[in-house]
Amino acid sequence: MSQPLLIKKGAEASLYLAGWHDRKVVMKKRLPKKYRLQELDKQIKTYRTIHEPQLMHEAKRAGVPTPTIFLVDVKNATIVMEFIGGKQVKTLLSTVSEGERRRLCLKIGELIGRIHKYGIIHGDLTTSNMIQDSEGKIFFVDFGLGEKGKEVEARGVDLHLMKRALQSTHFQFAEECFNAVIEGYSQVLDAETVKNVLDKIKEIERRGRYIAERKVKKND
Amino acid sequence: MKHKKAVESYSLGIESTADDFSVGISTFDGEILTNVISAYMPPEGGIHPREAARHHAEAAGKVLEKAFRKAGIRPQNLSIIAFSQGPGLGPCLRTGATVARAIASYLDIPLVGVNHCIAHFEIGKLKTDAEDPVTLYVSGGNTIVSAFDSGCYRVFGETLDIALGNCLDVFAREAGLRQRVGEPFGAVVERLAAKGKRLISLPYAVKGMDLSFSGLLTAATNLLKKGEYRLEDLCYSLQETVFSMVTEVTERALAHTEKKEVLLTGGVAANKRLQSMIKSVAEEHDAQFCVVPSKFAIDNGAMIAWTGVLAYTHGVATPIEKSFVKLRWRLEEVEVPWIK
Repeated sequence: MSQPLLIKKGAEASLYLAGWHDRKVVMKKRLPKKYRLQELDKQIKTYRTIHEPQLMHEAKRAGVPTPTIFLVDVKNATIVMEFIGGKQVKTLLSTVSEGERRRLCLKIGELIGRIHKYGIIHGDLTTSNMIQDSEGKIFFVDFGLGEKGKEVEARGVDLHLMKRALQSTHFQFAEECFNAVIEGYSQVLDAETVKNVLDKIKEIERRGRYIAERKVKKND
Repeated sequence: MKHKKAVESYSLGIESTADDFSVGISTFDGEILTNVISAYMPPEGGIHPREAARHHAEAAGKVLEKAFRKAGIRPQNLSIIAFSQGPGLGPCLRTGATVARAIASYLDIPLVGVNHCIAHFEIGKLKTDAEDPVTLYVSGGNTIVSAFDSGCYRVFGETLDIALGNCLDVFAREAGLRQRVGEPFGAVVERLAAKGKRLISLPYAVKGMDLSFSGLLTAATNLLKKGEYRLEDLCYSLQETVFSMVTEVTERALAHTEKKEVLLTGGVAANKRLQSMIKSVAEEHDAQFCVVPSKFAIDNGAMIAWTGVLAYTHGVATPIEKSFVKLRWRLEEVEVPWIK
């Protein structure tokens, strides 16, 4: 393996770019956290190192592009995966035309719909965790907080996080983007499921602290 | 030529969002003259909003009188009245607001409605000299990771259900523990946790930047009822798990914003273990760790008085007819013209 080059130092893991058997790969290494007990730290790191690649692999089966996993080194909390050359959706959304923005969000919604239908919850849906490659294919990355499940609650939280991410990073067009995401999502899942998930999002928002809507009680 | 200001300006702040009724007086230069707190302690169970409001109404007169006496000023010396306008418990907020309106209209001076959460941040900055921190605010009613960004305080992460302090309190009550003046439930749990040795696995629920404590509380309570574990070990595991969760989210906000200070505030900020965890991530990111002194970290009137000064001197005042309490007043909705 060629000398790894640090490309991103996140809060949880560091990403390195390296060459590996004539391929460009990304090495994701989870770092020990001094603040938590060693025992808990190891549990969390091990759990995420094992589950993340599993979920990424299964997402492919659901028809959602993810980097291919080449190697999982549990002992060193390291995952070696395919390098996706492209741009983060986060940067794209604020630079492209309105029409292109809509197309991107519809596609994102469709991809979320596919993993949900398959039984995967991403756990950290933000526009920085989506990359569009040179051919226009959108890849989902960073499944570290993901889980398996088909519960309405988990799906609702997943989409609620997407909504919040849009509001915080793209507040100028958060609403139009989220509506397009839901439109794309509805193309994959049946109407009843979508309705249940949307109701759940509303419920989560009301449950959330200090939302004015919470005052409004149903009159039935 | 320097000369002393002929007339000093004073702000009186009233805090009554939950179980504390408190009056603080500060000068317009940020000197806290007094900070009198009267805590309502329920005989059993949690805070009953109406009972707490009754306590506030009964305590108001005495607390005000004591505050004036300690500050050594008279009501006529005041320039503004600030009050906690929200978020919080309705009956409690309304009691404080009524007192504030009465004094403001009697003295015919401006009334300033203050957001409770922002007041926690501002007094924290005043007392620790932090300028632009990532703030972790953890109390019985709130769990928020926030930082200032383009015009307002943004919420980077928060709880999706109950507050961290609430989680510890309910667990302590379920375990039959007692709190007393000077040792609230959080401190009791901390004391027991210090004697814990064994880490019992509990659900670790970080969802994106948000947190969930309710499932974890249920799991911990169920283990407690099983009776197979030492209470000390359960307290230890509960603390380690919930504190690791908030610390993880704080670290993500710190990495994202690249701010150079971390401010820890709220009632739970008194916990030494949490302090050490937040200090550790601060050091990791070359940021300064700041913790608010206890009497200004819990709910207090001084923070309301001081934030009232900041708002009023930047053109914000609340006419009485618009001084309705806002039970669910979110951080992002508040204008903060005093930060550039």
